[in-house]
Amino acid sequence: MTKQILNTMTKDGIKSIVLKIIAEIAPDEDLSNITPEVRLRDQLELDSMDFLDIVMELRKQYGIEVPEADYQELASLESCANYLEPKFAALQGS
Amino acid sequence: MSQHRIVITGIGLTAPNGNTLDEYRNNLLNKVSTIQNIETRYMGTVHAGVCDFDPLKYQTKKSIRIGTRAASIGIYCANEAIGDSSIDWEKVDRSRVGVYVGTTEHGNVETENEIYNISQYDYDTRFWTHHHNPRTVANNPAGEITINLKITGPHYAIGAACAAGNAGVIQACQMLLLEEIDFAIGGGVSESIHTFGIFAAFNSQNALAKHEDPTKASRPFDMARNGIVVSEGGCLYTLERLDDAKARGANIIAEIAGWAMNSDATDYVLPNPERQAQCMNIALNRAKKHVEDIQIVNTHATSTKQGDIQECEAINAVFGKSESTYINNTKSFIGHAMGAAGALELAGNIPSFRDKMVHPTINVDELDPQCNVGKLVIGEPVELDRVDAIFNNSFGMLGINSSLVVTRFHD
Repeated sequence: MTKQILNTMTKDGIKSIVLKIIAEIAPDEDLSNITPEVRLRDQLELDSMDFLDIVMELRKQYGIEVPEADYQELASLESCANYLEPKFAALQGS
Repeated sequence: MSQHRIVITGIGLTAPNGNTLDEYRNNLLNKVSTIQNIETRYMGTVHAGVCDFDPLKYQTKKSIRIGTRAASIGIYCANEAIGDSSIDWEKVDRSRVGVYVGTTEHGNVETENEIYNISQYDYDTRFWTHHHNPRTVANNPAGEITINLKITGPHYAIGAACAAGNAGVIQACQMLLLEEIDFAIGGGVSESIHTFGIFAAFNSQNALAKHEDPTKASRPFDMARNGIVVSEGGCLYTLERLDDAKARGANIIAEIAGWAMNSDATDYVLPNPERQAQCMNIALNRAKKHVEDIQIVNTHATSTKQGDIQECEAINAVFGKSESTYINNTKSFIGHAMGAAGALELAGNIPSFRDKMVHPTINVDELDPQCNVGKLVIGEPVELDRVDAIFNNSFGMLGINSSLVVTRFHD
């Protein structure tokens, strides 16, 4: 994915990115009916190690850092999109 | 010390030439090796024994992703062994189950993978996975087995180089004798083909097998042998005290009649035939067997120039005068399964109690006269009138020796 596309990433696009990462981390899960507003851990078998994997994949794939104090922002797809949107936008300047 | 008798009630295995005991045994009797060429990081093409069991039979995709290959092998073998034991697993008190998994080494695969991973990020350690520690602790394979099977009794790794498979079985027996557990899962696993380091080290030692036909590369006792074929594999047994096994009406596969382990205390790599012979004699004495009582000796021989000769010297010293003892080698089919070798090779011979056949050693085109030991079974299986006792040798680096005496069960 090019930086230009990332810079203009919509919230729906960010949700797709996070879902794609979750699909790699939790390959046994059915992700077709995830409710964006509900906590991911209430819908999927995810533990704290899995969230560390999400953080790692954001770092590896997009160069985005999520400090430990912000992990709670990754609780739901909706909160992920809200939290990550400015971080994707900030890639423009990098 | 209690006087309990310890019996094998289940066998689960994966070998390069079989994912069940029947398949494995059939290939040993029909002289089928499946050693193949694989591509290894930095090393290029090497010969290896590769297992093709389906890890998804007992694991989720996620547990495979998080865990290790060694643990997947262990989980497969443990589940297969429990199935073979016909125990009503749902009713087993799992706080009284112990898991003892022999490994030659553990963590090299994962460490090499992570170093390669961060090399793609200019060696920035922020990209080092948080899974590294639980993957590389020595008890990883045994621990993942307990998580998979909800076993709350003790689990740990037995590190005994290439004697580890036997050592895992011995540890299981000892804990049953001590009555610390009521049901044991013991044996060994190895996934070493996924680390380039083991191949590179054997190569630097001039001890890595090379042959134009990979199925002929592992050739213990042959004049043209030139080293080890590294293989992956696993074999875990369910073991119980005889009284417990009989009480639940278990099918008793064999009895562990005796064992011994000792140390050479001489060299990092080179074996010591005197100490090996000493180990064998201790095992015979503990089993209250004479050499004439043993029908099959499984050799550890790994297809190295020196090691094969020295083991033959030790076997000659112990079994040289026995007219009733036949000698074979399983690594000629499956290569060296490292931490699994002792347990896996024993399993290859156990069906002899039933079918009375001694599987051969293959790939001996020209027998090294220094390896002309006793009744070495070469090329074709031999049928005996009966098989009552199997002697299983497994030796390892740093001079660790192990011998198991396994007998046909008599009440």
